[in-house]
Amino acid sequence: MYTQGLNNHDATANDTSANSERFQARIDAEERIEANDWMPKAYRRLLIRQISQHAHSEIVGMLPEGNWITRAPSLRRKAALLAKVQDEGGHGLYLYAAAETLGVSREELVDQLLAGRAKYSSIFNYPTLSWADIGVIGWLVDGAAIMNQIPLCRCSNGPYARAMIRVCKEESFHQRQGYEITLTLARGTAEQKAMAQDALDRFWWPCLMMFGPPDSDSQHSDISIQWKVKRFSNDALRQKFVDATVPQAHLIGLEIPDPALRFDEATGHWVYGQIDWDEFRQVLAGDGPCNRDRLAARRKAHADGQWVREAAMAYAEKRRARPAKLAA
Amino acid sequence: MADPAIPLWEVFIRSRSGLAHRHVGSVHAADVTMALQNARDVYTRRGEGLSIWVVPSNAITASDPADKDMMFEPTGSKIYRHPTFYDVPDEVGHM
Repeated sequence: MYTQGLNNHDATANDTSANSERFQARIDAEERIEANDWMPKAYRRLLIRQISQHAHSEIVGMLPEGNWITRAPSLRRKAALLAKVQDEGGHGLYLYAAAETLGVSREELVDQLLAGRAKYSSIFNYPTLSWADIGVIGWLVDGAAIMNQIPLCRCSNGPYARAMIRVCKEESFHQRQGYEITLTLARGTAEQKAMAQDALDRFWWPCLMMFGPPDSDSQHSDISIQWKVKRFSNDALRQKFVDATVPQAHLIGLEIPDPALRFDEATGHWVYGQIDWDEFRQVLAGDGPCNRDRLAARRKAHADGQWVREAAMAYAEKRRARPAKLAA
Repeated sequence: MADPAIPLWEVFIRSRSGLAHRHVGSVHAADVTMALQNARDVYTRRGEGLSIWVVPSNAITASDPADKDMMFEPTGSKIYRHPTFYDVPDEVGHM
């Protein structure tokens, strides 16, 4: 959102304690940290990692849904899904641009993704087996993403916070279109309702995992909260999501696939069962159902676009050279 | 190996007639025509604007936030630049 060219002075040169204290004081005063402001190296690293993982997630997230564009059951559904997938592409671009203000180039970030060195949200390594998955992804995956992203609109990093404001505005259409698809199936024939339930059964637990490891073993939470990159803990957001979603499922007659789920009158929260963190770690480490397919699809898209990027640059170069030639 | 960098452009959009163009973000594009098209695709999918400017990012010169005090503090003490500095009788009414 601001140019890397502006970052020409070495803002990371002196991580002195005086600078760090001043930085923390600005954070505590709810000031936003902008591209040219001094920031600790660790803050810059944390933000680059988080924003780029977020951008990669948007881009890889286009794949499971893109899988159903040509098979959407009506023109209305097709147009909406196409618009949603375009939005994800746009979100990825807003976020890469926000990461670039921290002094990294989009090319480097894309390179990290394609080389398998960068992470993206574990949820996109699950396959979309039926049309109902498109409904449940919009409702739950985008719903979980919104829970995560709304607090990020107040993130201490200005470019990231501003990108998130745009993303959140667009994301609520995604969730509503997903819920509408799920609701339509749930109120349809017995077979359609079974499809919706099956999709919910497969996506429920991976969606709870989207909020990240439990607070007891999350690595980055403390410093993220101190720097106001993050405003709520993983478990707090997960609980918020469960509390919001369970009644939505019940309203359309679907069952949450968790025998331990119960409403706790005392706290007013839905208490959920044990999450399979081994599965989460396995998917994150690259052994989910679709990790290899996703990376292969991104690599192919990038390689197939190579000639387009080269041609565009060559054409721009030719146009630049032309007036000079005329003058000579 | 990462690709060579495709130039970066800053995007400004006039959202309504009568308003100024406002910075909304940036895009990468090989030339100015594609920069405009990319800006349209990325930043105006919901009728956000009537007009777009794209400017090469490296053409922008910015003040250094570290110079904030030197740049802006002097105006802080010049309270006589504000209308509330001046006392006029209440009977004058709105002025």
